[in-house]
This record gives sequence, C-alpha cells and structure tokens, in this order.
Amino acid sequence: MARTFFDRIWDAHVVTELGGGWVLLHIDRHLLHDLSGGPALADLASRGLTVSRPDLCFATPDHAVSSAPGRNGETYTDGAKLYATLRDRTRDAGIAFFDLGRRGQGIVHVMAPELGITLPGTTMVCGDSHTCTNGGLGALAFGIGSSEVVHVLATQTLRQQKPRQMRITYDGHIPFGVTVKDVALHVIGALGAAAGVGHAIEHAGPGIASMPVEGRLTLCNLSVELGAKMAFCAPDQATADYVFGRPLAPVGDAWEMAVRDWAALRTDDDARFDKEARFDMAAVPPTITWGTSPEHTAAVDGVVPDPRAASNAATRDAWQDALDYMGLRPGQALRGTPVDWVFIGSCANSRLSDLRDAARVIRGRHVSPGVQAWVVPGSVEVSDAAESEGLPSLFRAAGFQWREPGCSMCVAANGEIVPPGQRSVSTSNRNFVGRQGPGARTHLASPATAAASALAGAIADVREY
Amino acid sequence: MQPFSIVSGPAAPLMRQDIDTDVIIRIEHVNVPRAELGQWALEPLRAPGFVLDQPMFRGAPILLTGANFGCGSSREHAVWALQGLGIRCVIASSYGDIFFANCFQNGMLPVTLPETAVVSLAEQAARGANVTVDLRQCIVIAPDGTQHAFTLDPVRREMLLEGVDELGLTLRSATQITAWQREDALRRPWAIPNSAGGGSVNTDPLM
Ligand code: SF4
Repeated sequence: MARTFFDRIWDAHVVTELGGGWVLLHIDRHLLHDLSGGPALADLASRGLTVSRPDLCFATPDHAVSSAPGRNGETYTDGAKLYATLRDRTRDAGIAFFDLGRRGQGIVHVMAPELGITLPGTTMVCGDSHTCTNGGLGALAFGIGSSEVVHVLATQTLRQQKPRQMRITYDGHIPFGVTVKDVALHVIGALGAAAGVGHAIEHAGPGIASMPVEGRLTLCNLSVELGAKMAFCAPDQATADYVFGRPLAPVGDAWEMAVRDWAALRTDDDARFDKEARFDMAAVPPTITWGTSPEHTAAVDGVVPDPRAASNAATRDAWQDALDYMGLRPGQALRGTPVDWVFIGSCANSRLSDLRDAARVIRGRHVSPGVQAWVVPGSVEVSDAAESEGLPSLFRAAGFQWREPGCSMCVAANGEIVPPGQRSVSTSNRNFVGRQGPGARTHLASPATAAASALAGAIADVREY
Repeated sequence: MQPFSIVSGPAAPLMRQDIDTDVIIRIEHVNVPRAELGQWALEPLRAPGFVLDQPMFRGAPILLTGANFGCGSSREHAVWALQGLGIRCVIASSYGDIFFANCFQNGMLPVTLPETAVVSLAEQAARGANVTVDLRQCIVIAPDGTQHAFTLDPVRREMLLEGVDELGLTLRSATQITAWQREDALRRPWAIPNSAGGGSVNTDPLM
C-alpha cells in the first residue's frame, strides 16, 4: 500500500498497539523550557518518578527571562523562580541545560535545529505548540500539554492516535519583497485557522524544494496557526547539508547511515491524503494581519475588510470584534496605518536569514521617531553569527534595540509588553487578543515588512524600499 | 482524577468562535497555583454582565461555545482554569487539538456536536434551564428533551468513566519500552544524540 512520509516515520516509532487506533509512540527528542519544564519535573518528582531518558531531553530558558542587554535569570523577577527551577531540576536529572549567556541558549525551536538536536526522521515533543517548527527538518514534531510532558519524562513515550493527513503543495517562485512568512500568512488566510485541525500537514512540491531550510522552519512554525497537530517538509539534500556538522548531529558511520535512512523517507507518488491544497507562491503579495486571528490577513497594499461581507454571522461578529479591538475601520487602507512598536523576533522569524532580510531594508536608514523597534535574536548562536556580520551595529545605528535571545514580546511572558492600545508590527506568529500585552494591537508580518514599517512609522509596503 | 458519568446543570452559552487558550487563561497567570486559576479564567472577556458571572451561570458545570475552542497555545492551565470555574464539560463543534487532548488528562469532557445543535442548545440554555450530558450513553439532553448523540473515542471514554490517567497505564509497559529502545539503538544508531556510531550520554554536549 502506498505510504506517506508521515506513515513511514510514525510506523517506525510504534512501541506497541494499544487498541482502538491508539499506539504507544516512542519520542526521540524532548525539549524543555522554563514555563513548563521545571513545573513538569517537579510534578514528576511528586509522583515518585524519575526521568527515564535524560539523554534525550534538552532544556533552555526562553519564555520568562528578560531580553534586556546584560540580563540574567533574575532580571525579570517574576520569572526568576521558573528559571531557577528549570536549571536546578535539569541538573539533578542529568538533562542538558543551555544556560543564559552560553551557546545553545535561545528559543527552544530555534536552538534545537541549529544544535543538531532536531534530526530528520525523528519524533520530537515539547510543552509548546510551536514545536511543529522542527518539522522543517523532516521531524515529526508536535506540542503537548503539561500532563503529557510528565508522561514523556517518565516513559519517553506518548499514547497517541494517528492524525489525519493533509498535503499542501507549493508551486512557483517567491516574488521580490515577499518572504516565506508572507506565504505562510497567505495560506492561513486562504484556508482558515481551523483548516488543519486533527491533521499532520506535509508541505511539498517544487516550492519547498527551492525553499531554504530556514524558510521551511518558518513555514512549519506557522502551520499550528492552521490548527495542525504537526507539519513537516520531507528531508532532501538541503536538509542534510543544513544538519551536517552541527554539534549534536551524528558523525562518521552514524552519519552515513542516517543519510541513507533519510533518503528513504518519501511520500509515494500514489499516496492519498485526507485533504489537499495547492498554492502558487508567485501570486503571494507581502501579507499582513489586520485582526486578532492569524487568518485575518490582507495584502499589505489592501484594505481592512467589511464585516458585512463575511460569509456567515459568526464570522461577521468575529470580524467586528477584531476591528473594535484593533481600532480599525472597514475599508481603511492598511498601508500608512501609524505604528508604535516593531518587534523582530520569535520562533517564527528570529533566525539569521530573517535578521538579514530586515537588515537589507534598513541599511543606511533610520527608524521613524516615536517608534520603539526591537530585534530579539532567536538564540545565542544566531546572535553570534549576526555579530560576525556586523548586524547588531547596523540595527543600532538605524535606531533599533538589539537584545538578548528569548521569546520576549512574542508572548509577553517576561514582562516585555506592548502597552495597551498601542499598535505593533511583529514578526511573531500570534495576534490573539492581548498576546503582546493587555490591549496591545498586533499585526503579524515578515521581517522585511516589519523593518520597512519601523522606518515609515506606519505599516509599509517593503517593495517601495 | 474524578470519574465522569452524568453531569446535569446549567449550561453557560459563550457563543464566540476561536476562543484561544491565551483568552481562557492569560500568560501572566501560569504561575498561579492550579486550584486558584478559576478566578482568572476568560479574563479578557469578563466585561460587566459576562455570562459566567451571571448568578444563573456561576458554577455552571457545562460550557456551550463556538467552533475551534481552545485553539492556540498548549498550556494545560486552560483546562485547569475552566475547572476552577466548576466546568466539567465543554460542548462545541470543534476544538484546538492540544486543548482537546488535555481535557482527558484532567477528567474534563469535550463534547463535539454539529454547530446547529450547539446553537440550539445555547438558545434553550440561555434562561438557565438544565442540560444533561450522559457519557455512558454518549448523549446530550436539551432542556426541551431533545437528545443529541455524540461520538467519542472508546479508549478516552473509558478513561473518563473510570477516572484513570494515561501515565498510570503506560508505566505498566516499561519493559516493552526498554526492549524497543534496545532494538532501535541497533536499527538507528544515528538517532542517539551526539552519536558517533555508539552513542553517548553527556549532560554538557557542547563541551
Ligand atoms: S517565540 Fe513565541 S511562539 Fe515561539 S516558543 Fe516563544 S512564546 Fe512560543
């Protein structure tokens, strides 16, 4: 029977069938962060259990630590206990902990691929919904809840049912001024925020073959905003090239064997999916959100939609609520809408290629007065690489703050918030009500659009820069 | 974990779609002890007159809500916060995946019904009439006596009915897991972190 990429990895990880479509699935990698990692380890201990495979767990503080230059684990005082708990409990359990200030620290989903923790063909979980990011390298990676984190710590397995399968095929080349982030937002806008619920999504087609690996990570990151359980791109030569030589990647004979195994991870030509969609990337404009769901998207040179044009009453109400919250009027042009904050960061867009995209736009220009503009690199690794290219000084000269790696203003769990009523263009992945702070108005966009908007002091079309 | 068989009582209608877990419990409150989370549940929606603050629905065991409930972040606190309000069962036409799975880890029943059924229940429940959810028969009984059948995975249903959680069950398979790992280490030596064919365990893999 024809099998998919997903079937092949899933089936290879079944420890045992549990009946009723349930299986006990082996988990090859487990990422822990400060918000859920420490409390889960404490929970495990309180049940009298120990970590079954500490060598497969990797921890770093990212959510609740300050991103201020010179920060330490106590700089954001409300997060100090979470930080210390993760540090101490991982040490006691023998789990690798990538501490602040050292290589390896960063947003879990940014540091894991770049350290070679994430490998094609593996299963991977983290108590965080954007774990699907790691699917960009061809891992089955998904977010889990606190009880499941404890379950994996204790058993290195999860009880799972196979999700349905969806394929999104990409054709064409990304136009000038457009990035993978725009493609991702465009797809979410077209399919809706629940299109992938209950599904594992394979991103495939010529558009993926020509997409740089960091772009695939961004695309898979945003896939959870389609409601998908996980998303991935089958590994190819570019994936192997990306993984090769990373600190935790296999070497020698193990590497040779890995590459052979990965080459077999393919979707058969005659495999069938429960759902399919297809996009021409050449037709995607720079895209930005106007509302409070990632599906509320428009072309950056487009207008805010009219709730009266919504297809049903529930959507009309949702649009109206979103416009009220965002302080926007139907028919208003998005371009030119004044902006107070610009945030370049998050596991969607804080890798080196993202910072380069933004840097290209700002070179030799200056942030508009009155705009607070931040760059928060995704990891120490990214930060160091950017440093060697002179990016921090370039951003600082343009009026940006260059900060320490972490989640920062993506989720505002470290006290770094957009003040109530203020408008932000953010390269993160969620524009939910209050996501960047109570009352904050978030527009999701690409690093290039965010950079252009910082210069203009308003939502801007990067094609004009 | 408290077993779930029949729950009957007022069903609070909160008919909005896409209520995400950031709205169910804001990130600032994830440090709050589990038992105290209820006071912060759905905080961004709690304007004066908010349905769950109306005397009729205070402590209501059932929540009727719009599609894609619990989408967004994976925080299990969302389930705990709803439980803190006294909610034991949510009825909606669809859910965020992680939220849905988290419910079963905590004895909460998420019932999936067609949108039209949820809307009709919400209309009838709006005046505080009792709705009954019977997990043994997998039916929801509306105030006017209409029965809405729902389906639920049999394994999950059993767990709720018995009040057992997954970890307790899996721990019984420990030897099977170790055996699988032993074989896998031969099959995929490269999948051991830092592997040079044999694998190594190192708490500081970058050193
Ligand atoms: S950067 Fe944002 S989306 Fe990514 S893990 Fe951190 S909080 Fe979550």
